[in-house]
Amino acid sequence: MTKFAQPTTTDEALALLANDKWSMVAGGTDFYPALGNSTPKDNVLDLSQLNTLRTIFEDETHWHIGALATWTDVINANLPPAFDALKLAAREVGSVQIQNRGTVAGNLCNASPAADGMPALLCLDTIVRVSSVNGIRDIALTDFVIGNRQTTLGATELVIDLLIPKDSTTGQSHFLKLGARKYLVISIAMVATRLSIDSTQNVVDAALAVGSCSVVAHRLPELEQALIGQPFNAKLSQLVQPHHLSALAPIDDVRATAEYRLDAAAELLKRSIDLLPGRS
Amino acid sequence: MMKPITVTLTINNIATTLEVSPTKRLSDVLRNQLNISGTKVGCDAGDCGACSVLIDGEVSCACLVPVAQVNGARIDTVDGLAGNGTLSQLQQSFLHHGAAQCGVCTPGMLMSATALLDTNPTPTQSEVEDALGGVLCRCTGYRKIIDAVVNTHSFTGDKLAPEAGSSIGASIQHLDGIPKVNGALAFGADTFPTDTLFVHVIRSTHHHAEFTITDSDAFINSHEGLELFLSAKDIPGRNCFGVIPPFADQPVFASATTRFRGEAIAAIVGTAKALEHINEESLPVQWSALPHSLVPEEATTDNSILLHETRAGNILVEGFVERGNTKTALEQASFTVTTHTSTPFIEHAYIEPEAGYCVRKGDRIEIHGCTQAAHMDRDSLAEIMNLPLESIRIMPSACGGGFGSKLDLSFQPYVALAAWILNKPVAVNYTRGDSMRSTTKRHPSSIQLTVGCDANGMLSGFDFTGTFNTGAYASWGPTVANRVPVHASGPYHTPNYRARSVAVHTNTPPSGAFRGFGVPQSAVAQETAFDQLADLAGIDRLDFRIRNALRNKQPTVTGQIFNTGVGIVECLQKLQPIWESANKKARAFNSNPTPSHLRKGVGIGTCWYGCGNTSLPNPSTIRIGITANGTVILHQGAIDIGQGSNTVITQITADALGIPVHSIQLVDSDTDLTPDCGKTSASRQTYVTGMAAKLAAEALRAALLRMGNVSSDARINISGSIIELHDNATQASINLSQLEVNQFGYAIMAEETYNPPVTALDESGQGHPYALYGYGAQLMELTVDTQLGTIKLDHVTAAHDVGKAINPMLVEAQIEGGIAQGIGLALMEEYIPGKTENLHDYLIPTIGDMPIFNNIIVEVEDAEGPYGAKGLGEHVLIPTAPAILNAIRDATGAIVSDLPATPHKVLAAIKR
Repeated sequence: MTKFAQPTTTDEALALLANDKWSMVAGGTDFYPALGNSTPKDNVLDLSQLNTLRTIFEDETHWHIGALATWTDVINANLPPAFDALKLAAREVGSVQIQNRGTVAGNLCNASPAADGMPALLCLDTIVRVSSVNGIRDIALTDFVIGNRQTTLGATELVIDLLIPKDSTTGQSHFLKLGARKYLVISIAMVATRLSIDSTQNVVDAALAVGSCSVVAHRLPELEQALIGQPFNAKLSQLVQPHHLSALAPIDDVRATAEYRLDAAAELLKRSIDLLPGRS
Repeated sequence: MMKPITVTLTINNIATTLEVSPTKRLSDVLRNQLNISGTKVGCDAGDCGACSVLIDGEVSCACLVPVAQVNGARIDTVDGLAGNGTLSQLQQSFLHHGAAQCGVCTPGMLMSATALLDTNPTPTQSEVEDALGGVLCRCTGYRKIIDAVVNTHSFTGDKLAPEAGSSIGASIQHLDGIPKVNGALAFGADTFPTDTLFVHVIRSTHHHAEFTITDSDAFINSHEGLELFLSAKDIPGRNCFGVIPPFADQPVFASATTRFRGEAIAAIVGTAKALEHINEESLPVQWSALPHSLVPEEATTDNSILLHETRAGNILVEGFVERGNTKTALEQASFTVTTHTSTPFIEHAYIEPEAGYCVRKGDRIEIHGCTQAAHMDRDSLAEIMNLPLESIRIMPSACGGGFGSKLDLSFQPYVALAAWILNKPVAVNYTRGDSMRSTTKRHPSSIQLTVGCDANGMLSGFDFTGTFNTGAYASWGPTVANRVPVHASGPYHTPNYRARSVAVHTNTPPSGAFRGFGVPQSAVAQETAFDQLADLAGIDRLDFRIRNALRNKQPTVTGQIFNTGVGIVECLQKLQPIWESANKKARAFNSNPTPSHLRKGVGIGTCWYGCGNTSLPNPSTIRIGITANGTVILHQGAIDIGQGSNTVITQITADALGIPVHSIQLVDSDTDLTPDCGKTSASRQTYVTGMAAKLAAEALRAALLRMGNVSSDARINISGSIIELHDNATQASINLSQLEVNQFGYAIMAEETYNPPVTALDESGQGHPYALYGYGAQLMELTVDTQLGTIKLDHVTAAHDVGKAINPMLVEAQIEGGIAQGIGLALMEEYIPGKTENLHDYLIPTIGDMPIFNNIIVEVEDAEGPYGAKGLGEHVLIPTAPAILNAIRDATGAIVSDLPATPHKVLAAIKR
């Protein structure tokens, strides 16, 4: 007989995790497709009643997206423009049905190469806060998702919060997702871009990331460095060069060829820069 | 297994407390534990949205929600939308706009729309698209759904109710529409008997393999709740079926060797609970993989393994049509073009996976479930079960989309065998994976075409060779092979013509019937080649088509001559003004595009399509009776899979008989209750069954008039058991209660059969394969993103000659739905066995992928069809893909010849 538990406090959840092996379900939007038409073989820990984790708020240093916050919660939250990319990504996650139940944190834990939340959250320097009976760990998102369906979350740990440093929430942001149809689509490539512009219309901070073009979405530090200090005008996007994408390692699959993905990613990066408001 | 918990749900305002396994999907609990079955399940993965319900007002896929998460929540489903039995404004708007065709996505659409309208009663089109984007529809093309939602707030509730004699041509609502919008309509999986057992079909996980079944008895005995193991040796009759009897070759259960991944080799029967916990790896089967061929090139080498010993070279069948002297004509042509085009497997992707159940009653079995061909199912099952025809009753459920695939047997033999042996009800509910892996597909095609014209652009020669991957079994492969050479010319006068087709077996799912039987594939080749040829000849691409279009009194490629009814010129001429303005617009845009990476293009595709079986009899029989109390009952056996035969056939009956359409009661397909109306395929029901209905209604009318001794223009008024007949001179009445009722319970009855007059094709494919053809032309305007290779469809103008639009709203619905499938064929759909066996890797168009539709109904009356009507169902899909490809080429010069034209292929073609 497998077990089911529905803790109502984080402490209760952590105690359960400390004492047994569980698969976790929050929004269910990845849990059931992975299950296919079978019944759960493992114990199931239902996180849905951890109501204190379903919050989006700010403190002095960070914005917080609680582990149970859904995509719809993100869309409805009052957030600075640096989060526009995340909101745009939220609107393109599956469908309204999926957005209403799927959680942002769950999207990270599922660790799909095509996770819609990754590029925008990478651009926000997101920190994943995980908890266990042994205490709290803060993990940079880049160290949290490490491979296709691979994270560094321990078996007894629970993601409780996503922290976004306020230093990384400056500027404007944009997100573009490319797929073969409008809704309910797994991306061929996607990009998020966040640029901070100073009063002289120069780029002072840049964050750009590409998803679906490698096993884990990547920031593009070389491109970011190339943009910083440049005037924010119509020529800025022309600075995007193929070698800036050299860290990506896309695959050929039914959705597209690897070569196409690289071309498309470069083009999407240019467009996401061009589509940011306030260009001179 | 998990310990049950107690949950309380408030479903449609009624609180219910139940014991349930906590991780059961909400959809499963609603449907199978609470028997609230309005909510449909199409994929169990959040990919189709059919199961959308409101949870505390928020729309969600019920298949993704553990029931424990909604303990205490308010759940609203389609079943509760009509408060007090009165349809909501939204439901009425759906009916008014014809937004529900088969009805299986309708609950999901309605609940998504309800969530939207609750917060935004006057949404824009794009708000509707965003709100409904998570629900897939395979029938409608979404346009009518959008219209229904946008207009809900202003919908006045008007309902057309034509008087006697004015039914034909009226856009009346679907006569069977109400159960589609209130959740009451029962599909294959909606009415399983409460104590039913279930079948789990064991399928090959290899493309080609040998297998042995080990100790099946021990397996059954060691699992509580399992009652039966079925395999080939348990079949009382012939372990073989097929839709074309001379080619029948598909086993119910493979014996020793399987020929495709997904093929059934055995089945286990038991309680739902017992089957839930079966571990696939524990099944008593040992596999040994064999080499396989997945494409014709692999299957036709000297070393290829034969799939069927009697079919040399793995060739199932070849088709051939020849007229004139093609070789000479092409040698002498002023311009020639040679192209090679290819298309992949296309999955029907109806939202309702196959489902049904069987009950044994004495020496009879009754099979309930979704199908497109009740009588064919019966005949096949009689052979498999070794039972007389009379012992088998097919009782079709509502069919949640078919498009050709539900013509073949799927689930029926398994439930029939199990119910027969166990003498207990047995059901089966295919998963999306079962459905995609095991049922038929559109034939992949590889087509070589050379076409030439003279200096004036008049077609001179046309040389076509098409290879079709027909999969592991025959299914409708012979039909595709025969239809393609007859149709590959398109609706054009082609004096020198040679078309060969070959259907090759491979270790893939059987290719079968899919809306157009191979003609959509051949039209891609023909129409795209015509654009290149017109350009070479320096002739406007529409003008080229008009010059060459088939006209009355010109022979078709099979030498058939129609004196009237050839409507392609009229369709093309309707496009002329739009062609001119669209080209002007596109050229203006392209001279200074903003943003600079966009290019607009315009393309045309056309179709012709013969209605009914190719050179074979395909009669329909209609029975109409009047009971002693004056009820007119139409026994309409043409299965309505959403296209509207229940409505259209009744409209024809009403006018032929001379009574109001809404006064007719309908008995729809059931092999015990309705005479054989043939299969719902080949665009034949409006024409063939429509003719049978017209003949039967006319016979009934004649009988009434004779009894009253009144003239042929008399009016008929039925009032209880009295039928009053009035002509200008006379009044008469018939007292039905004084008449003796016949064996069917009718005081007066008529039954008539219609069979299309066709002839066999000779060795050169010459003859009269169809009694009539329908015609159409579509014009697509689109925008290509030349940096990403993406396509945005802007407008489609579709001119279709239907002879006579019996119900214009339903004609439009067919056009829009066919175009949606054509869009999928052109831009995104590709079934790859083992890879795209679900609805997130296999993409069909969503509500956001549709162009703006402009439908033009052309009525060039046919001499043979009822009131001049022609078929339409398949025609509408054929022109779309070529129109898109031609528009892409127009916009960019890029030729995409290998479908689908996904972004990476389009970009690669642009770069070439």
